[in-house]
Amino acid sequence: MLINLKTIPNLIIEDLLLEYPFLDSFFSNNNIVYQGNEGKSLADYFDDLGQEHREDMAIDPDLFYQQLVEFVKQMISFLGKDNEIVESITILPGNDKSGIAEGFTKLEIKKGQIISIVGPTGSGKSRLLGDIEWVAQADTPTNRRILINNDKPDPKWRFSTSDKLVAQLSQNMNFVMDLSVYQFVELHAESRLVENREEVIANIIKKANDLAGEKFSPHTPITSLSGGQSRALMIADTAILSKSPIILIDEIENAGIDRKRALNLLLSENKIVLMATHDPILALMADKRIVIKNGGISKVIETTIEERQILSTLEELDKKILSYRRKLRSGERLLEEESIH
Amino acid sequence: MNLITVSGPPSSGKTSVILKTIESLKKRGLSVAVAKFDCLYTDDDVLYKNAGVPVKKGLSGALCPDHYFVSNVEEVTQWGYKSGVDVLISESAGLCNRCSPYIKGIKAICVIDNLSGINTPKKIGPMLKSADIVVITKGDIVSQAEREVFASRVNSVNPKATIMHINGLTGQGSFELSTLIYDEKDNIDTLKGKELRFPMPSALCSYCLGETRIGESYQMGNIRKINLED
Repeated sequence: MLINLKTIPNLIIEDLLLEYPFLDSFFSNNNIVYQGNEGKSLADYFDDLGQEHREDMAIDPDLFYQQLVEFVKQMISFLGKDNEIVESITILPGNDKSGIAEGFTKLEIKKGQIISIVGPTGSGKSRLLGDIEWVAQADTPTNRRILINNDKPDPKWRFSTSDKLVAQLSQNMNFVMDLSVYQFVELHAESRLVENREEVIANIIKKANDLAGEKFSPHTPITSLSGGQSRALMIADTAILSKSPIILIDEIENAGIDRKRALNLLLSENKIVLMATHDPILALMADKRIVIKNGGISKVIETTIEERQILSTLEELDKKILSYRRKLRSGERLLEEESIH
Repeated sequence: MNLITVSGPPSSGKTSVILKTIESLKKRGLSVAVAKFDCLYTDDDVLYKNAGVPVKKGLSGALCPDHYFVSNVEEVTQWGYKSGVDVLISESAGLCNRCSPYIKGIKAICVIDNLSGINTPKKIGPMLKSADIVVITKGDIVSQAEREVFASRVNSVNPKATIMHINGLTGQGSFELSTLIYDEKDNIDTLKGKELRFPMPSALCSYCLGETRIGESYQMGNIRKINLED
């Protein structure tokens, strides 16, 4: 079927839907109620609506044809393509707010790696994320350059809606929709045109439950999930359903969620993880940490063996705190000598 | 002079997005003025003044805000042109979801926010569908999944638009927007003879003319009745 601005008015709605099933939701999102008129061409459908009704519905057939042709084009490339796999991103240095050169030569981050970002609030963490998302080419205030797979990136990363480079998980995120956990994940899966939907949804809910301290069912309304459960669901959903190869995390609060497993889940889905944090455990879990000062990267530090040992000590302490928390919640007394299990 | 029309539902973050974008434009040495259109009340002009941006505000009061916009946009353009600024931004709130202030040949930006609900893209008419750039705000407070679903819904009603995510608080994304809106070659000195991208709804009934009484005998002109039959 040839779809362009010339042919589109005379194509039959039924044929269009048969060829491109995704147009069903396109019609519905554009308030085109074709049901009962499947046998008509689009032009006849619009003619039969009548001028007054078209005006009422704010439907402009010419604009609609243009949008439809563009949408089909985008969807065909979305569905058919062998996505360029992002194996790594590379940050090349620019300058800080005072114009002084950044303190590193080149930072390559491969998939399956975690990099933490440390530095005071307002020091330039969002600009760094902005640069990555915009795949900066020395055309942002920091003059940084971002490479993908060690090469100058395809401009599509800047503007595509379906191929966003970065997915974000941040501290103050909430669910705002009035849906059950199942419906919510289903909606997301639909928008991503996932094929084995049932299976993917079940997997996400299971993984989220593995991460959350307290279990929840697929029928729980998302707005009544606890903070930890919400974060667990957001992370599992992003890891499995989001196509973005890079995940940026702005702190994971230490309550009601197994943070180590959460990071492992993201890594097992082959994501590149960048994590802004003030928490020493998270900062040290990373392979490297970026130190940001005055809008620029002042240092890139590799986590040393000594620091890894400190991390184990911190993790033990963390476990102890969590076990005390659990005991207090269930009404037990704490004992000094008790081992931590 | 470049002219840019920005519009979007009330409280979607238009002013914050514009202010952050102006910061980036100014850093490139461009001068910017703003014309703010609203219905009953706005104090956004103070925000612009505090940021050192020349601003004019117009309140439509008892008139249809979008009709008021079209009747004044040429005068406002003349004001901007005579002040010698490089960029004039008009900001107006789309109040009835059916109107749109966009003009053929003039860059059009629609600002909507993630909190407004995923069916919102379906409810907003030409203001969203015929925009060149759609800016989605408040992404920092909803989940990644909701952001993705929302953006894909916007894309399905306006696949030709460039969709951008901007955080009005931190300004993340506003620098990127600033690189898309200024074009050296654009030089608008008048809008006379230009056309709206979409006709505004016709509405001339007795209530437009000040009638307050209820009942069929007081209704004249363009009247339509709701269908209550099953």
